[in-house]
Amino acid sequence: MTKDRGGDVRLSGISKTYGSFTAVEPLDLTVPQGSFFALLGASGCGKTTTLRMIAGLEEPTSGTVSLGDQDVTRLPPYKRPVNTVFQSYALFPHLDIFENVAFGLRRRGIKSVKKQVEEMLDLVQLGEQARKKPHQLSGGQQQRVAVARALINHPKVLLLDEPLGALDLKLRRQMQLELKRIQTEVGITFIHVTHDQEEAMTMADTVAVMNAGRVEQLGSPADLYENPQTTFVANFLGTSNLIEAEVDTHSGDEIVLTAGGGKLTLPQARCSAPTTTGGKVVVGVRPEKITLTHADDAGDIPEGRNRITGKIADTSFIGVSTQYVIDSPVCPEFEVYAQNIDRDTRLAPGAEVVLHWSPAHTFGLDAAQSLLAGTVGSAGVETAEPEAGVTVR
Amino acid sequence: MTFVRWFKRHLVVIAGLLTLGYLLLPNVVVTVFSFNDPKGRFNYEWQRFSTDAWTDPCGVADLCGSLSLSLRIAAWATLGATVLGTLIAFALVRYRFRARGAVNSLIFLPMAMPEVVMAASLLTLFLNMGVQLGFWTILIAHIMFCLSFVVTAVKARVMSMDPSLEQAAQDLYAGPLQTFLRVTLPIAAPGIAAGALLAFALSFDDFIITNFNAGATVTFPMFVWGSAQRGTPVQINVIGTAMFIVAVLLVLAGMVVGNRRRRHTA
Repeated sequence: MTKDRGGDVRLSGISKTYGSFTAVEPLDLTVPQGSFFALLGASGCGKTTTLRMIAGLEEPTSGTVSLGDQDVTRLPPYKRPVNTVFQSYALFPHLDIFENVAFGLRRRGIKSVKKQVEEMLDLVQLGEQARKKPHQLSGGQQQRVAVARALINHPKVLLLDEPLGALDLKLRRQMQLELKRIQTEVGITFIHVTHDQEEAMTMADTVAVMNAGRVEQLGSPADLYENPQTTFVANFLGTSNLIEAEVDTHSGDEIVLTAGGGKLTLPQARCSAPTTTGGKVVVGVRPEKITLTHADDAGDIPEGRNRITGKIADTSFIGVSTQYVIDSPVCPEFEVYAQNIDRDTRLAPGAEVVLHWSPAHTFGLDAAQSLLAGTVGSAGVETAEPEAGVTVR
Repeated sequence: MTFVRWFKRHLVVIAGLLTLGYLLLPNVVVTVFSFNDPKGRFNYEWQRFSTDAWTDPCGVADLCGSLSLSLRIAAWATLGATVLGTLIAFALVRYRFRARGAVNSLIFLPMAMPEVVMAASLLTLFLNMGVQLGFWTILIAHIMFCLSFVVTAVKARVMSMDPSLEQAAQDLYAGPLQTFLRVTLPIAAPGIAAGALLAFALSFDDFIITNFNAGATVTFPMFVWGSAQRGTPVQINVIGTAMFIVAVLLVLAGMVVGNRRRRHTA
């Protein structure tokens, strides 16, 4: 294949408002050809609206959508070289699987569809089911038909709107790998909308985390996880322990902070917020980066590590690891995940402990934001999106 | 003792058969008396077997004329009510507009209103407008009262339709017309067909509204009613039986086609 950039998706300043409700704030985004791109966010964050604007099912209030060099903003969905896998699959109930998959080819006036349809059904391992009706297939099979029906048209971009939402956990895992395999095989740009952070991280090369109609942060899964720029991203992707701290001194490329009487060190490079002496900063650390030591052994902790004291409030054993909740003066519910290698039997609820971690694993965030943003049930996350598909007059 | 046990075990079947018998008995009587050779003008007492009426179904003056008029009115009323009703149903489900709620309930009014009241008020309207009563006034009246039934049947179907199906069709390169013909219409078809059948049946055997608004025109139900006062020709039973047989054959054909299609896809 030549270096054709025809599959680049470029969104320039697109926004969508419904009356007084803003679903998507003006947004700029470029999805490079051939990538697996995920739009991640809670329901109502504008990710599905963004996807539907790319598909042409929703008209942007402002801005443009381009595919390669072509501006498709004003093109109706049936003239865009883009196909969608719908959340409900939207398989045509009156047509069999073969005709469902052949639908797009036939509408474009292609006469001999048999060979292509059969190849596509083989790709998704449904060759045997060609003459069945959609309702005779299982959820996972229906999902694969929906993917085949879209892919057979060789779209420049395949849009996936929470395609795995209706499947049970085990099947979902299987389909994640399956979709990733198909994407690698066909090399088409995939834009995947999901609210499941694990799904986004497993499948996508690049993830855009959306919140309240804005892209909060964009990057590779590892980058987003290790270097969150906002408390929303820190909380929405995995779990973060966030502490409010005050800037004490700068020493070289490190910042020394005070929190609850103790001192914490933060590398300057890992802080996305301005740090003036005396100013406030939010400090974060992931639960699996922390080591727990019983207070009696506090002397054994190496120098130079960030430490916090606390008391174990709760422990839960989950096989590969044990999860501790620690009550600490700087943070009421500090979470720590410890691998079950050498289990210290003294680490039971009520025990006094020292939590310590390498300063390199600390990240700093702007203090002017809610520590709870992105946690389940916090304000602004669970606002419902206006019902799609109903024409508002 | 064994009888009691047998009876208990088959109670549901027995009750079912009795109910079926209750439903079909009138049809059996109509059929049997279509082979009667009555003595006087009234076909109420069994005399002897004869196929005279079957060999000459149009032998009574005006009978076949009224029958063909009723069939024509029913066909046109079905067409009119189905097209309008389907459009109304789509509008009510798909679009939000002012007075949608009011329209939704007004549609049911003709179903709820006593037929005789509607018949009388329609007649008043036609007379005041100076319209000549006949085929057209009957047709207008029939389309009017069939509409609510079609709307109800189609609406139920359209409401249960996933709107993303049409979006999927558009996404797969079907323009608005193709989307409607290839996806919307086939999926809504069972509801539309149910509405059309209902409209045909209602229009064909309507008597009250027709009788008020027919003027000098005589439909089949009006003919039966009129002749019942002067003497009932056996041919009425012949027509009745024939209609029953046609209906049963249509249902059977539908079942056979449905079964074959299901076996084909399974």
